[in-house]
Amino acid sequence: MPAPVTNGIHANDDDIDYSDIEAKYQVHLNEGYDNVVVVDGVPLIDHSKEEKLYAKIGKEFARKGCPFRPENLYMPWDSSTNKSKGYLFIEFPSDDEATLAIAHMDHFAFDPKHTFRVNRFTDIEKYANMDAAFAPPEPEPFKPREHLRAWLADNQGRDQYVTYRQDDVAVMWHGKPAQVANEKKNWTDLYVAWSPLGTLMVTMHRQGIQLWGGPSWERLMRFAHPMAKLVDFSPCEQYLVTWSHDDIHVHDGMPQGPQYFSPEDEGNNLAVWDVRTGHLLRTFKTQNAASDNEKQQMPWPQLKWSPDDKFVARVTPDVQISVYELPSMGLNAKKSIKIDGVVDFEWRPLGDKDREEEGKSKKPRENMIAFWTPEVANQPARVSLMAFPSRSVLRAKNLFNVTECKLHFQNQGDFLCVKVDRHTKTKKSIFCNLEIFRIREKDFPVEVVELKDTVLDFSWEPNGERFAIVSTSDPNYLNPGPGVTLRTDVSFYQLERGKDNFKLLRNLPARSTNTIRWSPKGRHIVLATVGSSSKSELEFWDLDFNNDDYGRPKDPGTSKDEWGSGIQLLGTGDHYGVTDVEWDPSGRFVATSASVWKHMLENGFCIWDFRGQELEKHILDRFKQFLWRPRPRTLLTKEQQRLVRKNLREYSRAFDEEDAAEESNVSAELLALRKRLVDEWNAWRAQVKREARGQKEEEATEEISEWIEEIIEQTEEVVE
Amino acid sequence: MGRQMWSLQYYRYMRLVGVSQEHKNEINIERKAAVTLALSPYPPVGTESPLASRHRAAHKMRPILLQGHERSLTQIKYNREGDLLFSCSKDVLINVWFSTNGERLGTYDGHNGTVWTIDVDFESRFLISGSADNTMKLWNVQTGKCLFTWEFPTAVKRVAFSENGDQVVCVTEQRMGHQGAIRIFDIDRSSDGTNQSTEAVNVFHPIGSKATVVTFAHKPSLILTGHESGKIALFSAETGEEVETNQKAHMETITDLQLSPDRSYFITSSKDKTARLHETATLRVLKTYATETPLNSAAIAPLRPYVLLGGGQEAMNVTTTSARQGKFETRFWHKIFEEEVGRVRGHFGPINTLAVHPSGKSYASGGEDGFVRVHHFDDSYFKTRPYGEFEPDP
Repeated sequence: MPAPVTNGIHANDDDIDYSDIEAKYQVHLNEGYDNVVVVDGVPLIDHSKEEKLYAKIGKEFARKGCPFRPENLYMPWDSSTNKSKGYLFIEFPSDDEATLAIAHMDHFAFDPKHTFRVNRFTDIEKYANMDAAFAPPEPEPFKPREHLRAWLADNQGRDQYVTYRQDDVAVMWHGKPAQVANEKKNWTDLYVAWSPLGTLMVTMHRQGIQLWGGPSWERLMRFAHPMAKLVDFSPCEQYLVTWSHDDIHVHDGMPQGPQYFSPEDEGNNLAVWDVRTGHLLRTFKTQNAASDNEKQQMPWPQLKWSPDDKFVARVTPDVQISVYELPSMGLNAKKSIKIDGVVDFEWRPLGDKDREEEGKSKKPRENMIAFWTPEVANQPARVSLMAFPSRSVLRAKNLFNVTECKLHFQNQGDFLCVKVDRHTKTKKSIFCNLEIFRIREKDFPVEVVELKDTVLDFSWEPNGERFAIVSTSDPNYLNPGPGVTLRTDVSFYQLERGKDNFKLLRNLPARSTNTIRWSPKGRHIVLATVGSSSKSELEFWDLDFNNDDYGRPKDPGTSKDEWGSGIQLLGTGDHYGVTDVEWDPSGRFVATSASVWKHMLENGFCIWDFRGQELEKHILDRFKQFLWRPRPRTLLTKEQQRLVRKNLREYSRAFDEEDAAEESNVSAELLALRKRLVDEWNAWRAQVKREARGQKEEEATEEISEWIEEIIEQTEEVVE
Repeated sequence: MGRQMWSLQYYRYMRLVGVSQEHKNEINIERKAAVTLALSPYPPVGTESPLASRHRAAHKMRPILLQGHERSLTQIKYNREGDLLFSCSKDVLINVWFSTNGERLGTYDGHNGTVWTIDVDFESRFLISGSADNTMKLWNVQTGKCLFTWEFPTAVKRVAFSENGDQVVCVTEQRMGHQGAIRIFDIDRSSDGTNQSTEAVNVFHPIGSKATVVTFAHKPSLILTGHESGKIALFSAETGEEVETNQKAHMETITDLQLSPDRSYFITSSKDKTARLHETATLRVLKTYATETPLNSAAIAPLRPYVLLGGGQEAMNVTTTSARQGKFETRFWHKIFEEEVGRVRGHFGPINTLAVHPSGKSYASGGEDGFVRVHHFDDSYFKTRPYGEFEPDP
């Protein structure tokens, strides 16, 4: 009789078959002989001394911390001589205790003549039966890996981007129309990121992070850093750094090996990994100023890489900069650079010129660090340039009335701009100085640009001699209210050749811009109002409008044109609720996105060309992230690039033809898709009607009903 | 129509036909003319005399503004012939209009609370209405007299006649300790309609998420429901058993459910910003139309392969900029290709309810702003073929 069931609970437990659960949770008792050790080198005795020997051995084992019960000792006897055989067996309660006994009692000097040799019982058997001949291990067959930069060989030179919406991650080819390169649901738990040269894509998971790449989007590596939230690559993609809010906790049963955390890493939360091998190199603990004051954001990246991947450095505020060498991750010269009061530092990036010179001169190239210290007591604030690894200070400049400094290197390493927020004597108002170091010249001359307003954003033109700033004198700046959009000014400055100073090119007053984005190729710039609920303008500017020869800025010193006359607004746009603005790596397109992470209204993304023409707009609910795939540095030499520019017309003709062919191809595909959809629909409708008719016939005896079919006039329109 | 919107349409069109750069302008104008004429939003004319507006409606497609409600619309319904348009709102009135010219024929006065829902039978003889005053009323369409009143513990959220008008299904709200219920009543059509039974033929309480919309399915023995959780289900009218269910039809509350003329498929709209087309017999999702705003209503247009979607951000979420007003638009989507083909604006608030004339020649929308706008389609609406020769069966 089945047991009565009430609310799904069996009233009678006896009838239930628990065998599967019992099997699952059954405690497995030790069945092997791993807990038995063999002790050799025991004195040969007869039965008279048996008791005494047992007691002595028991005492010695207990003294070393591995006691055993007397009944667990067994000594074999030679029955012919009535003497012991010189060895005995001891059984310990567990494997671990047996291991401990081996560690402590092996080579134990029992008395001057006898030294114990302790071995595991199972080992003796194993080594006794071992084949003496050496069998070389089978070498693993070589598996060629996919080319990780295959996407660069696209015959149309298209760029890729990744979008993350709700749970869907998609890598797309940018084109007309966009094509899916790969897509997956729940590919990531947190967000996606690219490595700095675009080779790898990172996905974030609870268990750690994963790297993907290659044409088939295989998983290339896993890094088991649980709850990792931030990731940072070294500039050459050889190493990566992960950070988790939670401290590393190593518990029993976790996999071991060079790819995993070991007990030494316990309590740290910053990890450095080798990208190719997946090995963990070192872990650190972040100086958690954040834990005392939750509102203060942790600066990221915590570890700053030298541009050649040879060093990585971190700052301990007020104390020192510690530089570690790769790949050993040992402290360079065994000591940190002690700098009292140091706040922040930056490595100087490598420029094209540095790469060309590399190998030409015999002297090894040195890296450079710029750092700053604030005013303390009677000492002025100071910005210093230091060569590394020689650690010689190349240049230092004292500054006064400093509130805050920000170090901005131009991407070629030609200039360093120190944005100095200064206060007046009364400390009531803040203004700004730009101290610009010219790194490539002798003695590092410094230029000062004094501004009356507060500078919100500063940005160097990539590969150029210009910079743009957003400044404001809006009184709302110091007490920001919700929904207040600051009135700002945008200014462009350019280096005046010959006079060696930076001169204002153009000032664009009274706007709401708060974000400036230079094209990665320079010359073009987008000014955007980001994160505002009432304004979302985008302006597309060209700073060399009169210059046809793209890529070679005119030398303003020799040009007859008026200073600043080449600045031209190419177009404006509006993307409501824009939160992110990003140029594609080729400098041809700009993507703007409105992420659900910031607000819920009209999420989605939009792609513009550099003139501000909207090419695509997708309003996608719960849209999260848009990222262009970065590209590595070009492999073409200066000469080859010049040739390409020279023959641009010929290339463009070929491209136009390709575009036309592609477009007709795409429209054919689309038409085919439409035809298929319509055919499917019509087939389904026909089936539904057939079924309905069949049913009506069945019911015809009871019910008479009319089936009216409407025939709609069809007209065809041909679009050429 | 906004410029931006046009550029979007135009871009879609460009993609579609793959035309070269030189022809862009011509096509833009051609395309614009076609759809603009079809859906042009003329200024409201409701202040005119009915006669004048009738005259105009006969000649040109202009929306007729029906100003008969003081609060936001909750549901509008055409009768079978489409000559009458019924509307109910959060004020206590039910209005009936001539759909051709917007002249008000009369009101059905008797409810003491928001009228949530109405339906009219196939003969245009009886009108059924459900209200927040916890009653459901049967009306004589012709005289406006209340014939019968059913009382419930909670508000009536949705009513529907069966195809031959001999039954009514209604959904009552889950509130104040009362479960949400689906009730089916027999309607006595033999007499003048005052002799109705207060006893339901069948009552059942869906387990789990409460039902928000209900109607009779393709067979009178089946009840089709949409639920707060986004689920849709088919219930047996006799036993109250769940015959078929699709738990994940939508992510959020289902706001409207309208059947195709032959009841073989239906469209649902949801707060999750999508509308979907489903097969009635299997509840299989046929098509999905994803918009960027929460949807309150969706309707299927006969004659042309379009569906109409209406909605908008709720007042508390509406942004203040002028350029953002475009959300309160009726969106036309291609039924098969799942692509937006056009929009009609005019309402000052979210669109709460949509209905298409049974002939497919006009449609009406009722908004949070308290207005009903009746649009008659222009010739060009029927003649334009934005997708070339592809013409699916209705």
